[in-house]
Amino acid sequence: MFGKLTIEALPLYSPIAAGGAAVTVGGALLVAIVLTYLKAWKYLWTDWLTSVDHKRIGIMYVVLALIMLLRGFVDALMMRAQQAMALNSGGYLPPEHFDQIFSSHGTIMIFFMAMPFMTGLMNVIVPLQIGTRDVAFPWLNAVSLWLSAAGAALVMVSLVIGKFSTAGWTGYPPYSGIEYNPGVGVDYWIWAILISGVGSTMSGINFIVTILKRRAPGMTLMRMTPFVWTALVASVLMAFAFPAITVACGLLALDRLAGMHFFTNAHGGNMMNYVNLFWIWGHPEVYILILPAFGIFSEVVSTFSRKRLFGYESLVYATAAIGILSFTVWLHHFFTMGSSANVNAFFGVMTMIIAVPTGVKVFNWLLTMYRGRIEFHPSMMWSIGFIVTFVIGGMTGVLLAIPPADFLMHNTTFLVAHFHNMIIPGVLFGYLAGYMYWFPKAFGFAFHRGWGLGAFWCWIIGFYLAFMPLYLLGLKGMPRRMETYNDPTWQPYLLVAASGALVVLCGIGCMVMQLYVSIRDRAKTRDLTGDPFDGRTLEWSTSSPPPPYNFAVIPTVGDREAFLEMKEKGIAYRRPAAYEPIRIPSNTPIGVILGAFGFVLGFAMVWHIWWLVLASGLVLFAAVIVRSSNDDQEFTMSAAEVKAIEDQRYRQLGSRS
Amino acid sequence: MSVAPMSAPSMTAHEREEIETHEQRALGFWLYLMGDAVIFALLFATYAIMIPGTDGGPTGKELFELDNAAIETALLLVSSMTFGFASLQVKAGNRGAVLLWLAITFVLGAAFVFLEVREFAGMIAKGAGPDRSGFLSAFFTLVGTHGVHVTMGLIWIVVLGAQVALKGLTLPVASRLYRLGLFWHFLDIAWVGIFSIVYLPGLL
Repeated sequence: MFGKLTIEALPLYSPIAAGGAAVTVGGALLVAIVLTYLKAWKYLWTDWLTSVDHKRIGIMYVVLALIMLLRGFVDALMMRAQQAMALNSGGYLPPEHFDQIFSSHGTIMIFFMAMPFMTGLMNVIVPLQIGTRDVAFPWLNAVSLWLSAAGAALVMVSLVIGKFSTAGWTGYPPYSGIEYNPGVGVDYWIWAILISGVGSTMSGINFIVTILKRRAPGMTLMRMTPFVWTALVASVLMAFAFPAITVACGLLALDRLAGMHFFTNAHGGNMMNYVNLFWIWGHPEVYILILPAFGIFSEVVSTFSRKRLFGYESLVYATAAIGILSFTVWLHHFFTMGSSANVNAFFGVMTMIIAVPTGVKVFNWLLTMYRGRIEFHPSMMWSIGFIVTFVIGGMTGVLLAIPPADFLMHNTTFLVAHFHNMIIPGVLFGYLAGYMYWFPKAFGFAFHRGWGLGAFWCWIIGFYLAFMPLYLLGLKGMPRRMETYNDPTWQPYLLVAASGALVVLCGIGCMVMQLYVSIRDRAKTRDLTGDPFDGRTLEWSTSSPPPPYNFAVIPTVGDREAFLEMKEKGIAYRRPAAYEPIRIPSNTPIGVILGAFGFVLGFAMVWHIWWLVLASGLVLFAAVIVRSSNDDQEFTMSAAEVKAIEDQRYRQLGSRS
Repeated sequence: MSVAPMSAPSMTAHEREEIETHEQRALGFWLYLMGDAVIFALLFATYAIMIPGTDGGPTGKELFELDNAAIETALLLVSSMTFGFASLQVKAGNRGAVLLWLAITFVLGAAFVFLEVREFAGMIAKGAGPDRSGFLSAFFTLVGTHGVHVTMGLIWIVVLGAQVALKGLTLPVASRLYRLGLFWHFLDIAWVGIFSIVYLPGLL
């Protein structure tokens, strides 16, 4: 009846694991109680969960990302604490539990923090920047969101029911195979990734079509903003790289479920094929995450330097070049596989070449700031902190690109320091810059600057404290993922690294305070113009938050910095003679339904509850067929309703002046 | 082959919007197919490197039957042609003929799936199932993935057949038939790859 699921699945094997489960369940209950107390369930359902509005979907993505950031960060704190303590002792975490923690940390941070954060920012901003009313496929967009949430929920549920994978976020076989890992942990990992991966693939397709087909008149490709360009290239990578991880995880699932021999030790299996398949997705994934962040930095640096972006075309070509080259470097993740020297040399050289367009961008940003009138908004601080820190990470990357050097550093903490040095400043700082930059646009009130700056300083100081020691430890030969060790010279470095994690914790505290203070003071800090930073691009031409249709009249674009040009010509806030009715996609519960049953399907696969697999599969099928047979998916907002909303907007604009 | 006539000046804004919507869906579907092609490409590559991984078990030469593969190929290629006739009848607006050609396509596709299932069942009965060796895992997964696609296509034909019968050849239905056509022809291409990479070299 319940497959492998028994009462034994509850995490009573260790008090710490039980505590984690209690926090998870308690947190969910607390949210439910608060929602009930506020009588907010109906509002939540009708205005948010069933919404197909790209702005709301984007905000929900970012909320998911922030929740998962907290969870992933708690994992990081626990690892740092363990390694700080575990000299010649077991520390406070048993190996089995420590292994789950580093596996879930990586999985969460990449798939359920970074991916939703990026997709969320793209959702909120891309349609506004290209001057359209929604993405090409609004309800597919909702499905993508809810499939991502289903994957995240599977990872969270593994805290309470059963265990998570101990095979690291990359899940290499044969260790992740059924022979060495017969429990449910790896299955949780596989199904979380497969289900959310479908969502990411569809997001990629959705944004390619949106950007190619729905730009406002006059917006040629070379008039798109840098963020839209990077979103386009990242979407192409999403659509064509995610199938590779679907194959890798799918074949691993077949090995585990059907006794196949793709990656087993014996019976003709080839485990290195998994590693290739995984990184054929995995390397483009790095650029899927980082390119949109590069786009955000470009927007932020230009706005807060009060200058046009320096070398726009070189930035566009560099982005496209990175997009192509990102498919040609995957083998540098496993030079030690034992390929011939020529193969390793090829991938080493390609890796150094891909650093060139990235370097081009650094000069784009530096020369944009040069002689600019720089305003030190928190977003600008994230950008400057990124440039300085990222260059260090880039150089250690070029070092690792040399195969003989990589043989020495492979799987040491030097590598751990390197990729955190790319992804924290390159990806996370970028998203946080975007989060603080576009917050007033999304919500219509200011985001507190002081706490934002506090968050920045804690994050960057904490980052250096946490990861610079790991470079040194790696050079001293410390392998990654050590639960215990016996070299006393390592411990001082690990203590410094742990203190860095605590400083980052302060940064996260600042982020929480920033939200609290900003929401508390929202009545005093309303953004009445929709343009708080003297913006240059179209998203600043609408009200904050934008109306459901974004633009009452689709703008005509005459310049790369479309809104700045309108302001200079004095036509920015001109009222149209008349309004026309607007077609808007209707809300639908189908996204939530597909997400919920996607979660049930994954859970049933993990625990081998076959009747439930069949039942949830049938529901998914039926829901898709019913929805796809529906011809009437839009409603019309009348010209009078549009006029009423716009009248209020102009009253607000008038009250300011 | 476009979904609908290009926008004429006489059209209302709403009509033009609707045509644009279906053009966007066509592009989106093309992109999905390219992503699906990546899946097949990686399964082909995996199959190619696993041909030697027979673990002392049966090889392709001992297992594959050229007759069966040839009949399967013929069924699928002809079904693509009959789907093409259905598409022509969509343009002509001939509802009955569309349904007829869709039904013929369905029968051909179902016969293909039947032959494939029979081949798989025969191999498993001989002890050459997907858990026998890495080579057979790769064979069953590659060919089976294609077979699952064809099965999905069959279900889709039924759903759209019902829509044609109930709703007629409206713009949304015609646009869905267009995308089903892309899918169905794509499966032909994937099968040509399977025939040339799996069956022919396995037997020669």
